[in-house]
Amino acid sequence: MTSTQRWPFTNPVLTASGCGGGGRELATYGDLSALGGFVTRSVTLQPRLGGREPRIVESPSGLVNAIGLQNTGVTGFLEVELPALLDLGATVVASIAGHSLGEYAELARSLGRADGVMALEVNLSVPDSAGSGLFDAREPFQAASVLGSCRRDLRDGVLLLAKLRSDVARVAETARAVVDAGADAVVIGNALPAALPDGRPGGLSGPAIRPQTLRCVAEVARALPDASVIGCGGIMDVEDAVAYLDAGARAVQVGSALFHDPTTAFRIAHHLDPASGPAVGEDDA
Amino acid sequence: MTTSVAGPVHGPVHVTAEVLAAKTVGAYHHLSLAAPAVGEESRPGSFLAVSIGDGRLARRSFWIHRVGPMAGHRAVVDIVVEPRGAGSRVLAGLAAGATIEVTGPLGRPFSLPREPARCLLVGEGYAAAALTTLAERLRERACEVRLVLGGADDAHVLEPLAARRSVGQVEVAAGDLTAAVLRSLPDVDVVYAAGSPATLRFVADAVHGSATTCQVALERPLTCATGLCQGCPVPVLGDAGDAHVVRACVDGPVFRASRVDWEALS
Ligand SMILES: Cc1cc2nc3c(=O)[nH]c(=O)nc-3n(C[C@H](O)[C@H](O)[C@H](O)COP(=O)(O)O)c2cc1C
Ligand code: FES
Repeated sequence: MTSTQRWPFTNPVLTASGCGGGGRELATYGDLSALGGFVTRSVTLQPRLGGREPRIVESPSGLVNAIGLQNTGVTGFLEVELPALLDLGATVVASIAGHSLGEYAELARSLGRADGVMALEVNLSVPDSAGSGLFDAREPFQAASVLGSCRRDLRDGVLLLAKLRSDVARVAETARAVVDAGADAVVIGNALPAALPDGRPGGLSGPAIRPQTLRCVAEVARALPDASVIGCGGIMDVEDAVAYLDAGARAVQVGSALFHDPTTAFRIAHHLDPASGPAVGEDDA
Repeated sequence: MTTSVAGPVHGPVHVTAEVLAAKTVGAYHHLSLAAPAVGEESRPGSFLAVSIGDGRLARRSFWIHRVGPMAGHRAVVDIVVEPRGAGSRVLAGLAAGATIEVTGPLGRPFSLPREPARCLLVGEGYAAAALTTLAERLRERACEVRLVLGGADDAHVLEPLAARRSVGQVEVAAGDLTAAVLRSLPDVDVVYAAGSPATLRFVADAVHGSATTCQVALERPLTCATGLCQGCPVPVLGDAGDAHVVRACVDGPVFRASRVDWEALS
């Protein structure tokens, strides 16, 4: 099934969820409107204080994080973060994470009807969903049921993305299930399940996971040639982004690289600007 | 809870900096960096973050020690590196002519007293670098400045001779600075402290309940140093005693000592 929704991203480079702060911080280093989109940190229904320190530990070519989904909840997001992002000219993608199917549906309803939210990214790939108390979407049918609940009440014109874990054994099957359930595109993937040195669960991100995520993007692009795929994992420069696009991704997201150099996404976006070079990610309609 | 980001007026920049000079003094390595626009905008308590590269994603942050002209550059930035982990060892190995990526100036700086005041500056180890330009600004405002310099041993006390030249009273207290701080406290209105969390907490406790105000430059591991990652939580208490979490890198690193929830700070 191919989505008929309009693709709102005029540049193939977006920020990854949880890696761009509230937008204002990143906007110090570049123009958010020059990016394809700004993906917010995952928003939950209630505010979350986040986990204890250390929250992020460096590992070879990567980071292990256990932020614990700190966020101000949907009310705080709508009152403070969303207006600020719109002021900055960002194409806003609201990431959501829920504890239950009902919560995902409620988040999709309230964020989907907020003015200026161009897309929802359903986070189905928290590296420690059990520990975070989130809805367990490990099985493709569970992921599909979340997407179904979000789609049902979603306003027309809001793109629905499903962010999947880069588990090569399951990713194509899961992608098919969520697309059938109403996802307009799939984002692959999230930080990989890992542990901090003290043994607490966390997620590994950065160049360390890039080859693995790239493999998953290639698998999904092969299995579902009509689906829109967004690659996310370890992108540090233009070459990395192009590798994803060549593997069949229609867009990419830049995460951990922003911590190392806050200008990364702007630089890659500038290089890949469709206006200044060959078209990337031609419409598949 | 949201806090507004009180950064420098023109905001930080990410630039390639050139190492103009590198020298070892005691336990520390001093680097002078030509970092366009970083020095010009720096204020007392500002810091910069270095990108090490080579697969090391997290930032290494350094207090801006001095800003001044050198080799035809208007605002060269000095930082003090203590070689500890892999990243700081890379930096300590840099010679003049090398280039590094830096972001700065970062953070919410010290606030200065409106009226001339009697100020005590407490600097432990390399963190005393956070106080160098502060002492100069305070003296320009006709403040009385005394400085207590600590460090594990003499090699870890930052530039006592240079400090004596620019600050009125300097007391060197290698090993343990607590007695020197307690001796000075009755005679001051404002305390500025930079050092380990334990030392900052000691100073905060010592002024607690008195009319003396205290600002601390809190050093935490900063993955991004730019407010993006939420990896640097600092537990703080609101005016009503309500607890919340802010970010060390953009809501700090300078905090009113009475605002920090020292008990909850791990
Ligand atoms: C500190 C941090 C916080 C993150 N927060 C979220 C989040 O709230 N929601 C989400 O879907 N992904 C989150 N992620 C995962 C990233 O969006 C991204 O999928 C992952 O880091 C892989 O991309 P990268 O290698 O470019 O960082 C986070 C990653 C990091 C490092
Ligand atoms: S170090 Fe990343 S938000 Fe402070």
